Amino acid sequence: MTLASFIIQLLNGLAAAASLFLVSAGLSLIFGVTRIVNFAHGSLYMLGLYGAYSLIEFFGRTPLGFWGAVALSALAVGLVGVLIEVLVLRRIYRAPELFQLLATFAIVLVIKDIALFTWGAEDLVGPRAPGLTMAVEIMGRRIPAYDLLLIAIGPVVLGAIWLLLTRTRWGALVRAATQDREMVGALGVDQAKLFTSVFFVGSVLAGLGGALQIPREPANLELDLAIIADAFVVTVVGGLGSIGGAFLAAIIIGVAKAFCIGIGTVTWFGFEISFSKLTLVVEFLIMALVLVVRPYGLLGKPQAAQRAASEPAPPLQVPSWTFALVWLALLAIVPLVADRYATILLTDIVCFALFSVSLHFIMGPAGMVSFGHAAYFGIGAYAAGLLLKRFGLPMEAALLLAPVIAGLFAIVYGWFCVRLSGVYLAMLTLAFAQISWSIVFQWDSVTGGSNGVFGVWPAAWLADKTVYYYMALVLCGAGIVFLWLVLFSPFGYALRAGRDSPLRAEAIGIDLRGFQWAAFVLVGAMAGLAGAVYAFSKGSISPSSISIAQSTDGLIMVLLGGVETLTGPVVGAAIFTWLRDVVARNTEFWRAVMGGVILLIVLLFPQGLVGGLKLLVTRWREQRA
Amino acid sequence: MSHPVLQVDGLHKAFGGVQAVADVSFAVSAGEMLALIGPNGAGKSTCFNMLNGQLAPDSGIVRLEGRDIVGLRPRAIWRLGVGRTFQITATFASLSVRENVQMALYSHAGRLRSLLSRFGAAFATQADALLDQVGMLDQAERTCGVLAYGDLKRVELAIALANEPRLLLMDEPTAGMAPKERVALMELTARLARARNIAVLFTEHDMDVVFSQADRIIVLDRGVLIAGGTPQEVRANPDVRAVYLGSAH
Repeated sequence: MTLASFIIQLLNGLAAAASLFLVSAGLSLIFGVTRIVNFAHGSLYMLGLYGAYSLIEFFGRTPLGFWGAVALSALAVGLVGVLIEVLVLRRIYRAPELFQLLATFAIVLVIKDIALFTWGAEDLVGPRAPGLTMAVEIMGRRIPAYDLLLIAIGPVVLGAIWLLLTRTRWGALVRAATQDREMVGALGVDQAKLFTSVFFVGSVLAGLGGALQIPREPANLELDLAIIADAFVVTVVGGLGSIGGAFLAAIIIGVAKAFCIGIGTVTWFGFEISFSKLTLVVEFLIMALVLVVRPYGLLGKPQAAQRAASEPAPPLQVPSWTFALVWLALLAIVPLVADRYATILLTDIVCFALFSVSLHFIMGPAGMVSFGHAAYFGIGAYAAGLLLKRFGLPMEAALLLAPVIAGLFAIVYGWFCVRLSGVYLAMLTLAFAQISWSIVFQWDSVTGGSNGVFGVWPAAWLADKTVYYYMALVLCGAGIVFLWLVLFSPFGYALRAGRDSPLRAEAIGIDLRGFQWAAFVLVGAMAGLAGAVYAFSKGSISPSSISIAQSTDGLIMVLLGGVETLTGPVVGAAIFTWLRDVVARNTEFWRAVMGGVILLIVLLFPQGLVGGLKLLVTRWREQRA
Repeated sequence: MSHPVLQVDGLHKAFGGVQAVADVSFAVSAGEMLALIGPNGAGKSTCFNMLNGQLAPDSGIVRLEGRDIVGLRPRAIWRLGVGRTFQITATFASLSVRENVQMALYSHAGRLRSLLSRFGAAFATQADALLDQVGMLDQAERTCGVLAYGDLKRVELAIALANEPRLLLMDEPTAGMAPKERVALMELTARLARARNIAVLFTEHDMDVVFSQADRIIVLDRGVLIAGGTPQEVRANPDVRAVYLGSAH
């Protein structure tokens, strides 16, 4: 690489870092003060891009029109952020943290469909910035002037935020709340106002980050989850709540990506290494590395201990055998009385039920929230498909080996993950899921790339949909029962004990990390089984089975049903899968409907569906008594 | 007297430039209640955390029944026969009182790795016997998360006794309790310790508890041991009086 191309890649990276920093700074501010992991932050970025596109069309492609549109779009997105805070999040600050997360998932769904309704499904290519369309010659290469402007904007915004945080009363409150939210509340600060204003500023930053990208990137509907993954990585690498850290991390990641593209394919010692293919992975590799060395990010600090202990999890109740048998009998009868379509849908539900129960196991009783559980579902699906198609194994062998392979991946991923806790752990699971996704997505020759694997059909004796349904019911049902039994075994109790009090667990000789690692492998294998059964029922596998959307679907299922009951995740999986099917058949805007339903549930039943229903029954009994 | 259960020699710990604990040496014998007292910031917690494996000393030796335990993790130290209670109680809030004690018994027996047997089937009688000793048997079915604070302290004591410890480390065992309960809890501890020949080291702010229950007292001030002896000797020690009451007295 020559010096000139080195400089060019560096500038490319710095330009890309600008928007990344703006979005991440907003996310970090919001998390620091409210402790909400705002999945909808990427949606705000996306709205910024779309908003800027429309406003430029409206104002005309003049310098004033362009910059006016960018500013106005950012402010409008800020107001959307305020709306989200006031209408939804403010009502559930007292609900468990995971429920706030569920609400932000729902908002992602709603905003995606609003964008689809307003702007359509086509990518919208925005204009170049009027007056800045020329290129500047640097060392014989031409660099767009707009990129140089972006490079300057990053530090300018960093300086502005720094001034805001250090020179104003508002900034002092934000810094204080980031360090110790309870204390700020105790000192009589109006938290509602503070939270709303922080949401406004954070959302403006996201909107601005999006709007500034309009000359570089077409507005499209995939941006929301794509950018939120990037922003999570940046905030975690930089340290949650640290604006300077976000800046540093955005630059590291922007530049690393640019160099991966710039280097292209290199031959080292006879091996051909394609760096451009690393582009999608490199940020997650950096994040995994940083978190292992510095568990709180580059410039982050350990979170202040929360004084008000959160509600302890209620004891788990053993589902009765009668209950289980009645349900099993009902599920066995369905194919005899319902049509083929219902049987296929039930097969989906059974697979997702195991997926959801395995996720519940790890995030509920084991206390480790995973944002990337689809990794194991997808790896199981791909393992099944590839063993069948590429290795020529019989279908039965592929089906049974798939969970083993998913478990092997969980051994590797889990080793890193159990070294962290809380949000950092969740982010690392997301990182591993994304690494898996990008490998699958790019390794055309083996995984079929974006097309996926086709012709993954079950053996002849299982070809009939009804027969396959029964097999799925047996395998996934066995998986669910197995996980439930484990929860009531000494192993399961040790996990629950470790979640309740890691300090006490260590003090009575429990090697908590070892137990957690084993739990990771266990649920990884079970999710892999669910994925394999699912793959053979569909006949094809696509990278979406390993995507962030698949991971969040799992989280929605668990949280919808309620994380504090055993049956909740099953109910959640059934309702989610069924509802999605029904709604998707009737409207193009099924996401908005789903999101709306989830929001309604979040606001009405902050304990999840099953938990909420139980509460209602108890109240009803009390009233009658 | 036989050789001590816990023998501490020349313990040092500095944080940055601050010498938190300097050249602390003492010993606790089986069946003995030793109180470690001192004003706030004297280094009691630092000292404690070096004994239980939470903190590595800069130098010094900690011997448990003759064996050097410096550098061992807390769970390894527990396996060697050290039970602990915490200043702020740490129990498993979603489990029942009995299950909390059973957890320690299962762990002691190395039987937590079983995946398919049902937890709670074993060690129920042993757990109940321990709960009976601390007066918590009638609440064995209750979830720890709903217990009163004083009851949690007693559950902790039962948990700490589950591995038949040689040494009990109790950090502020009566903090947060009503005055009446405090003496009762430490009387109970003293009775159990003598009956089972357990060495007990505890820190404590309540001087009524210390002077009525401890066999011996050592006094830490600014990281240095300034006095040690029976309650009568310590009460009469002018240095101790100076530290607690100010030099004018």
